[in-house]
Formats: sequence, structure tokens, C-alpha cells
Amino acid sequence: MTAIHSTHIAKPATVSTVMLKVLAALLPGIALSVYCHGVGVLLQLLLASLTALAAEAAMLRLRGVAVLPALKDLSAIVTAWLLALSLPPLGGWWMIVVATLFAIIVAKQLYGGLGNNPFNPAMAGFALMVVSFPAQMAQWGSPQLPLDAAAQWQWIFLHTLPAGSVPDAISSATPLDVLKTGLRQGQALAGLLPQSSAQGLIALGWLAGGLWLWRQKLIPWQTPLAMLAGLLALALPLWLWQPAQYASPLLHLLQGGTLLAAAFIVTDPVSGASTPRGRLIFGFGVGLLTYVIRVFGNFPDGIAFAVLLMNMTVPLLDQYTRPAVFGHRKGRS
Amino acid sequence: MSQLLIAVALMLLLALLLGAILGYASVRFSVKADPLLDKIDAILPQTQCGQCNHPGCRPYAEALAAGSDDINKCPPGGEDGIRKLAELLGVEFKPFGADAPQPKAKAVALIDEATCIGCTLCIQACPVDAILGAARQMHTVIASECTGCELCLAPCPVDCIRMIPPGSELTNWQWRYPTIPIRNVSSGATR
Amino acid sequence: MMPLFDFPGGIHPPENKAQSSATPIRQAPLPPQLHVALRQGMGNAARPCVAVGDRVAKGQLIASADGRLSAAVHAPTSGVVTAIAPQPFAHPSGLPELAITLDSDGEERWIERQPLHDWPQRSGAEIRDFLAQMGIVGLGGAVFPSHLKLGVSPLETLVINGAECEPYISCDDRLMRERADAICDGIAVTRHALQARQVLIGIEDNKPQAIAAMQAAAAAHGFGVVAVPTKYPSGGAKQLIRILTGKAIPHGVRATEHGVQCFNVATVYAIGRAVLHGEPLISRIVTLTGAVEAAANVEALIGTPLDQLLALARPHRDSHEVVMGGPLMGFTLPDLAAGLTKAGNCLLVKSPALFPPRPQAQACIRCGDCASACPVSLQPMDLFWFAKAKNFDKAQQWQLFDCIECGACSYVCPSQIPLVDYYRFAKSEIWAAERDKNAANLARQRHEFRQFRLQRDKAEKAQRLADKAAQAAARQAASHSAAANVVPADPKQAAIAAAMARAAAQREAAPLPEQHSSGLNDAKQAAIAAAMARAAARKAAADQAKAASGQPPAPPPTSSGLDDAKQAAIAAAMARAAARKAAADDARANQQPDP
Repeated sequence: MTAIHSTHIAKPATVSTVMLKVLAALLPGIALSVYCHGVGVLLQLLLASLTALAAEAAMLRLRGVAVLPALKDLSAIVTAWLLALSLPPLGGWWMIVVATLFAIIVAKQLYGGLGNNPFNPAMAGFALMVVSFPAQMAQWGSPQLPLDAAAQWQWIFLHTLPAGSVPDAISSATPLDVLKTGLRQGQALAGLLPQSSAQGLIALGWLAGGLWLWRQKLIPWQTPLAMLAGLLALALPLWLWQPAQYASPLLHLLQGGTLLAAAFIVTDPVSGASTPRGRLIFGFGVGLLTYVIRVFGNFPDGIAFAVLLMNMTVPLLDQYTRPAVFGHRKGRS
Repeated sequence: MSQLLIAVALMLLLALLLGAILGYASVRFSVKADPLLDKIDAILPQTQCGQCNHPGCRPYAEALAAGSDDINKCPPGGEDGIRKLAELLGVEFKPFGADAPQPKAKAVALIDEATCIGCTLCIQACPVDAILGAARQMHTVIASECTGCELCLAPCPVDCIRMIPPGSELTNWQWRYPTIPIRNVSSGATR
Repeated sequence: MMPLFDFPGGIHPPENKAQSSATPIRQAPLPPQLHVALRQGMGNAARPCVAVGDRVAKGQLIASADGRLSAAVHAPTSGVVTAIAPQPFAHPSGLPELAITLDSDGEERWIERQPLHDWPQRSGAEIRDFLAQMGIVGLGGAVFPSHLKLGVSPLETLVINGAECEPYISCDDRLMRERADAICDGIAVTRHALQARQVLIGIEDNKPQAIAAMQAAAAAHGFGVVAVPTKYPSGGAKQLIRILTGKAIPHGVRATEHGVQCFNVATVYAIGRAVLHGEPLISRIVTLTGAVEAAANVEALIGTPLDQLLALARPHRDSHEVVMGGPLMGFTLPDLAAGLTKAGNCLLVKSPALFPPRPQAQACIRCGDCASACPVSLQPMDLFWFAKAKNFDKAQQWQLFDCIECGACSYVCPSQIPLVDYYRFAKSEIWAAERDKNAANLARQRHEFRQFRLQRDKAEKAQRLADKAAQAAARQAASHSAAANVVPADPKQAAIAAAMARAAAQREAAPLPEQHSSGLNDAKQAAIAAAMARAAARKAAADQAKAASGQPPAPPPTSSGLDDAKQAAIAAAMARAAARKAAADDARANQQPDP
């Protein structure tokens, strides 16, 4: 049977090109990350990609869906990369594999694959790791490692180091974690602030990618801006009120993957809100929750939980923020 | 002891009072027709075909409202009808019984006018007065009023009534479900 | 410069208009045979008022409108009606439609044309009736009968739609460039009929020559010509009204309620031809474009076979499909033998090279591109979800019926989902459900009335019987002394006995449903059995009667067959009694095992 389609022309866009552009937009951040953390980052990306493709192919086959067309949409790679970039750059290989498997199999394919997952797969994978392995997740590679590529790979795979290296040099806690534990122990804020600008540098990479995506009309402006606004809405007043107790808004913007999330995570169309007003509320909620969980919660970073929590509100948001249909009055639901 | 009696008496009085109020309210504010009945009746296709073993759709609706019959007895309503009944009555979906009448495509009766002897039996059998004719005159079915219940088939002594599916016309033409070619993993390769 | 407004969404597909808009409008050659479909309006097909073999003159009425939305049909040329039969029809269904086949005689002999020269003195109603006779319908594609749009006056604004926003189509563009004066004459008539205060002609700014021509022609009349930004679908009536007047008219509300009415330029041109020259709508301008050697605009007679029309543009060898309408809202023609209809503004030839097949649809990623392209601010991805899941209630709640099927969402969808196809599917399913519901309501009413009638008849019959019995008793008592010996042979008495027997049979064989709630099936079966038995008995009686009357050499029953008739009646009564007994037994036997 021939399908008679009633629209005879179409933009030559496909999901694959969209995903490819998202991957391209990640490149500046990845380059900066490699510069700061070493080539281990690339290994993580590779590991995540392979795991994601294998898991996706297996699940598609189990579900009886054509494997190749679905793999070609590259959405698995996007999830894998986002996950790899959110996890500690020099974490053990099993961490990235477990997180990716969970993201692809449970958070994505069990819900029906691309387009049907209510939760952001990458953030679901991240949340699983943070809940299950908080200690390992707090170990962030310290910048400007003295390790060469071979040593990094050895560390990732075997968790051993060439003779003469000091493990502490690799696994320092994340700046946000340092900040939080330090403050709880009554140390002065000034002494806890990160000494290097590595995270901030990488964040600029994400920002550049996000701006490019926005110029390409692949992400809306509402969600990222609303998220940053939500974060600042708490960070700024609290910092002004007690600068000794609360870190500056700039730190919150540049640390802990805030900009990665703003550009690439909250803009995930599948699990995010899809109306303009819904996107504003969704982003703002993510920002608020991120700050609350970061500062008052027990976890090193709150973005994943904030995103997952807001994911749950999306059906409601989409229903109640539908724009007024042409000619109709607003307020009809 | 007296306290106990007082308490009992009070409770009794209260019960009587409340009972009286309830009784009055049930008479005063009684709903004449069962709204559930109308809701069920609205779902039923009104073919009045009797395949549910009730003499019409309303009696079946009454039986359903009383809970004395199953929701899967109406073939003209199709599975969609069962689904709607299940939703309305808050019960599980139940497919048609294997040996029970199965839904078939909608059709309307057509009288072969050459064979018809004008016996009026089909007119008497038609539950919606969709057959026109008089004794010893040729009969005909008003196609737009025919529900396709087939009740006229059995009484006809000369078997001159046939069921014909309605023709496709522009007025009832429908857009099809868009076909999305999904290439299945060839089962030979996987298993 | 008047302020312009914007409508939400919209897309900018490649225009592809230059191919066909470069050359002037050509006259299509007179085809030897035309198939004029009777369904030219939105409503019912017109009723033919000529017969096969009739000679008709050009412009003669050959089918009259049947109902409100129907449109009259006229002979496009002079010739002979050779058939009135179903023919291929330009409709996505591919279903044939009744058409009048006309063999042209090549003379192009007109009927006597009767223009409405004194239109400035005529009332809106008179002009309306005149246009209805002339078979004028909207030529923008919707083929809504034009006279119905002239019902409300006076109006604030008359909007003339020269936007022509869909890619490839250029028939309105050429019309405006070449016949701007005639268009303005038509506008003047329309404005007079509507008593419109102002006239705004909206033309997309990608047609500068058309704008210039119209400005030159409209200046004398005082019509405003407005260049509107090129954005699909600015040519939608409600979108153009929004752009020009700022009024957003929702679905289900008529533009006239907001003091606006909108006509396509080709339609007002046709109105002008009808009123000023007495020419009914028998031809239109068609864009032939796409995968063709010589894209062009031709003026063709309604009913011209489409394949002959297409041959004028010389389609490419690899062309495989032809679309009627534009690439966004048009439909693939199932059969090119169909005659041109009044709706046919464009024939777009598709070839795989020019129109690559749509890639396989991927999963919806809810990117929202469709929502930002939607000119009526719907949430197409939600509608798609509901339509796909056949959740039609929800789709309606999400205002599916506000969708104008412009195809902007399908155009931008990165997952290449044929969204409009889903909406059309959902809409027609909802309409079908509505039809079913109406049919069920009708059946319920008729069934209830039948129940009521049966009850009433039974009561009346019982009353009649009682009356008759009383009368008979009285008469018997009176005449008892006079004639005591003739009673049993009286035919009247026999008839009464038969009627009573029948009533008894009915009482026994058809127990009322409300009396038995459990054994209803059996009651019905018994009723059917009784009916069958009765039929058998009657048949037997008829046979007997025939046999009885057949013994003597065919005696006419009226004169001498009185005795035979009596016999037959008695036999029938007996048979009936037997049948009644059998039925009662049957019923009893059936009832016993069940409860």
C-alpha cells in the first residue's frame, strides 16, 4: 500500500541531523574539557557511546523494532555524551558503563524508546550513580593532571597508577562538594573557593555550544534562560544577605555543570515542556530546585534531581500552559 | 443506669430523626429515570437487533444497569462499545465470547422486489419501522433508517431479503490511518 | 501606510513560482469531450436538467443546485450531451462521481447572455440570486458558493485575497497582472452587494508586478492594495483578515460577525464576468507546473480532461504523480481522466527528482517546531499523539477542528511525520462517529415510537372489538326472533370470529416483553415462530383457496364465488387456529427449560 501523504514538500531536516548538530555543539566544551582534564575524557566518551549503541541495539531488537533506522537517529550517542560529560572525567570505566546502561535500557527503552521517555535518560543515569556511589561520584579529577594519556587510561580501566604518581593528585572532591562540607565544618567561605578556573573555562565551552544551537533554532531561549534565572533568583539574594555563608552566584553559574545543563540537558525536548510558558516554568523550576538541592541537600550537585523532578511536572505544565488557539480567548483548558 | 437509658434513648431518637430526614429526602429529591440507564443506552448502537437476548437496546441497558448481564453481548457496538461500557460501568474490558455472535461489518437490508410477495411479515419484524409496504404490495427498505439488525431476514417466507454493505460515497468517505512503513526485523534473521 | 498585523507561526518554503508566472495566460484548446462533474460545490451534487442526446449551448444551465451548499453547473461549450454517468473525479478518495459528458461541436455557440447591467440599482439579495444561478463558487480552493458569502451587509471591510501563498501556484498572480481592471470591476460589484465600507486587496510582496497592476487599476475605485509579507499561509482567509485588519476570527465563527468578508481575486473576477457579461462560471485559470517542460498558466474550460490539460505543459518523462492544488495542501490525483473542476487551481506534476519521497517517519521528539509553525497556535505534537492513539475526545479537547490543514507542521517536522494525514484521519473518524451517533438517535426515536404505536394499536383494537361485540350482541338480541337460523353463515360473523381468533393468537403468541424479563429470548423466538407459522398457514389457506376456486372453469370470484370465499375464510380460520396452537405449544416448550 502506498502511503499518500498530503504534504508534498518538507524541510530536509531529520532527527539525525538535529542530533548531529547537538553533538557538534558539544565539541567546544569537550575540547576544553580535554585540555583541562586530559584525554581520559575522550576515552569516557568512547566508552559511553559504545555502551549506549550496544544497549540500544539490543533493546530495539528485543522490542521488535527495526534496529538500524532507530540507531541512526543518534539520540543514544547524545545521551551517552551528556552522561559521560556529567560523570567524573577520571571515574572508573564501570561507572560510565553502568550509568549508560541504566540510562538507555531503563530510562529510555523501557518507556518505549525515543520520544516516549518521561525522564531525561542522562540525568536518570547520573542520579542512579549519585545515589548508589556517592563517594566515587564526588571524586573529580583535579585539573592539570601530571598524568599522560596512557596513565589516565590505566587509571580508568585498572584503577592503578604508574609508579611514582600520587592518587590524591587525581581524585580531589568537586568544588561544590568541598564548599558544602567545608561550610558545614565551619570553615570560612573564602578559603574554600576553587583555586583554578578549569570548571569555569569548560562552562564557557558549553555556553558557546548552547548559543550556536539557539542560533540554529534547535533549542528555545526560554528553558535555559529560565533555568539560570531560577538559580540566580535564590543565589543572588542569599549571597547579598550573607556573603560569608553563601557562595556567589557566579560560582553557581560556572561550577557543577550548570551551563552544560542549561544548554543541553533542560533543553531536551522529549522530557521537557513544549509550550513557551511551560518551558519558562520548567526551566525556572529546575533552576530553583538545583540551588536548593545544591545548598541545602546532601548531594554534591542537584541538577539531575531537579531535572527529574521537573520532568514529572511536564504533562501538567503542557496541559495548562497551552497557548490560546487563534481567535479564541485565553484560559480555556 | 439512667444515664445509659438516656444515651440509648437519645441515640434512638437521633436515628429516627435522621432516618426520617433521609426517607423524606429520597422521596422529595428522587431522580425519576436512572441517569446511568440513559448513559448506557447512549452507548448502545440502537440497532434493536436482540442479539444480546434482550428485546431491544433499552432492555439490555436496563439489564446492564441492574448488573444482571455482561457488557460483551452487543456485537453491533463492536469492541469499541464494550470498551466504552467498561469505562462507564467501571468494570474490566471483556472480549466477545468465542461462541457468541461476533461483530460484523455494518450492512443494510435490501428486499428483492421481484421475489417479494407482500406478506408484511418483515414490516412487523422491523424494530425501527424502516420497511415500507402494504399487504400484497411490494415492500421496500428505507436504507437510511435501516439499522442492519437482520430481524427481517428470519420471518421472510420467501427469503427475499439480503444484507448489503453500504457503498462508498464521497459523503461517507474517510481518510485512512496514515501508513507508516515500519520495517520489522526479519524474524528469520533473529530467531 | 496602514499598520499590518501578524499571525502566529508560518513557514517560508521555497517559492518556485517563477517557472509558471513568467509567461502570459494561454487559452487551452477546446477539448473534443468534456466531463463536467456535478459536484462542484461543497454540498450535494447538482441535479442534471438536461438529458442524454440534448444539444446544449455554451453557458446553458445543465444541472441545477440541490440544496444550500450545492452549486449550479453550466455547459462549458456548445455540443451534445452524450452521457450522464459516474466518471473519475478529482478527489483524494478516487471514487467516481456523476458527471455530464459533453461532446463539443467546436462552434462555441453561446446562449443569449443576460448580464445584470443595472447592478448598481439592484439589491444585495438580487445580486446574490443572480450569482447563485451563475454557479459562482470560491476559486481559491474551498469552492464555497459565493452567493452564500454575500448574505450579511453592510460590512466594515471587504478583503480581497490575492496573497497566493502556496509555492508553485501563480494563477492568481497572472490574473492580477493581466486582468486587474476586470478584477476591480468584480470587486466593485461585490462591494456593492455587501455594502462594504472599505476594500483591502492583500497581495504577498513576492508579486511586485501584480501589486503594481492592481494598484493602477484600484486607484480609480478607491480600493486599498496592500503588500503583505511573504509567509505561508498568509493566503488563508482568516490569516489574511488577521494581517489586514488585526481581527483574529476563531474556528466556527463567520468573518461577517466581525464585519469582514474575504473573497479570492479569481472569484471576484468570476463575479465580474457573471454580472457584467452574463457569463456563468465555465472556465478558470490553472497553473501547470512542477516537473514539466513548459510550466504555464492556462485558461481552461471546466470539465477539460486533466490529462489533456497536462499535455500542454509537457510533463517530464520521470513524472509519476500529479497533485491538484499546491505542494502543501493539494492532494494526489487518483485518475487523470477526471475533468477539471472549479476547485482546480493548480496541477503540480511530481517527479522523484523534484519531489523526493518523504523519508521514513521517525519518532516524535516533541521538539515543538510544529507548534511554532502552526498558524493557529495549536500543539500539533499533542494532536498527533492523540490521533495516533485514536484518542479522539482528547484531540477535540485540544481543538483539533481549529486546524486548517495548511501543512506547515508536516513541512517543518524533523521526524518527517505526515502530521496532516493524522489530523485528517482523526477528523473523519470523529465525523463518522457523529454520523453513527445521529443514526443511533434516529433509530432509538423510531424504535420508541414503534413501541408506542404497537401499544396504542393494541388498545384501539381491543376497544373496537369490545364495541363490535357489544353491537353484535345488541343486534343479535334484536333480530333473534326474526331470523334465528341464518346466523352461522353470516360472513360478518365469520370475520369477527377470525379477528377475535387473531387477537387471541396475538395475546398468546406474543407475550409482552415487560411481563417476562428472563425469558425474553424465548418470547421473541416464539413470536418469530408464530409469525412463520402464520405465514405457512396463510400460504396453505391461499393454496386451498386457489384449489377451491380452480375446480370450476375459472369462475369470477366477485359474482358466484361467495360460497367459495366463505369456505376459504373458514379454512383460513382453522389453519390460523392450528398455527396458534402450534405457536403456543412452541412457546411453552421453549419457556420451560429456561427459567
